Amino acid sequence: MLSKRGFLGLASSMALVAGLVFAPAAHADDEAPDALIKRLSVDVLDTIKADKSIRTGDTAKIVTLVDTRIMPNVNFQRMTASAVGPGWRQATPEQQKRLQDEFKILLVRTYAGALAQVNDQTIAMKPMRMAPEDKEVIVRTEIKGKGDPIQLDYRLEKTPGVGAGWKIYNLNVLGVWLVETYRSQFAQQINAKGVDGLIDALAEQNKANAKKG
Amino acid sequence: MTRLSLRWLALLALFATLQGCATVASPDPRDPWESMNRSVFGFNDAVDRAVIKPVAVAYKQTLPSWTRTGINNFFANLDDVWSAVNNALTLRRQAFGDSVGRVMVNSTIGLGGLFDVASDLNIERHPANFNITLGHWGVGAGPYVVLPLLGPFSLREVAALPVDRQGNLVNQVVDEGTRTGLTVVDLVDTRSTFLDSEGVVNGAALDRYSFIRDSYLQRQRYLVYDGNPPDEEPQEP
Repeated sequence: MLSKRGFLGLASSMALVAGLVFAPAAHADDEAPDALIKRLSVDVLDTIKADKSIRTGDTAKIVTLVDTRIMPNVNFQRMTASAVGPGWRQATPEQQKRLQDEFKILLVRTYAGALAQVNDQTIAMKPMRMAPEDKEVIVRTEIKGKGDPIQLDYRLEKTPGVGAGWKIYNLNVLGVWLVETYRSQFAQQINAKGVDGLIDALAEQNKANAKKG
Repeated sequence: MTRLSLRWLALLALFATLQGCATVASPDPRDPWESMNRSVFGFNDAVDRAVIKPVAVAYKQTLPSWTRTGINNFFANLDDVWSAVNNALTLRRQAFGDSVGRVMVNSTIGLGGLFDVASDLNIERHPANFNITLGHWGVGAGPYVVLPLLGPFSLREVAALPVDRQGNLVNQVVDEGTRTGLTVVDLVDTRSTFLDSEGVVNGAALDRYSFIRDSYLQRQRYLVYDGNPPDEEPQEP
């Protein structure tokens, strides 16, 4: 038998569940940001698990995977601009394009190296707080496998327009935001040798990484 | 303990006198001793390359994975005891309960901590130390310091170090030989767990010093705020 309080509690949690289930229906045109992250994560993890050559270090394959599955959902211009900081506005459109290209190569290769270590990991979503009118959200996840879980959070922005979806513009591993980690490194280069100096430094690092295979 | 504190005080005095003689290209307000920190960072890197890393590589190649997991679990279980104390000091009830539960389960069913049964039971780890406790109660992080052999620290962490050392159960072992042995195994084991990820850092960083500093400072802040640091993402350029 349910006591009165217990019943009320049950009723209110049912109402809450109903709210959670039906609320997204009002915005059916757009995939919710947490649903997007979940779909991408499961997709990428499953692809890696199914493909032995990726785990044995076939970098080209991982780069393709990241390029085709993840990058279309990233606002990479915003990510680069944010990492470059005030220097971004001094850069010509041509320089901005080169900055994006080189930074992208650097990150994709780095990310590929981390993904090569995937074996039995699964993803767990953490609760997300979001109001319907929010244009920017944080989606929190945890990668579970052997050892301690790894917190992996994403900042996403809503692309203006109905049905345009959400795009990732920053990534947090274990409490460390990726863009922030590059900010002072980039500023150092720009202060010392200007925007072209930063482009050269990125290109050089990419060349060195490519040599290591 | 007193001898130790004196040594730290002397070290701090040294840092204080060195402050100001640093000239670096892009000074960061959180890192006023950057020029000296960079020298120590370079020294630590050299020691790592010459001694610590080769030993860690040999350790990883010699011992089978299950043995290393056991060793890692054993030290993690000792850490959980100190985490429990500090989770209590920061009034994190869930984290405190989990930490106590972990130690109880792992010390008994987990055979003295060799097996991490608690994680299989989904009792989460909540690492904590006295540095985080101080931060939680409002003590600022202070400048960034790279210590010889010990690596990245905040000044607050340096101040907490004597307490954290006492809290590490390895340091409560009376026999000096055993104590030193355990400390060395702990160090080598910890280093061996970074062998896979350091390649990622080396490939990703334009300047390893800044990369590690900025990651470290963010991570510390994240821990002090129990995973929910207030937003400080600057505006778009």
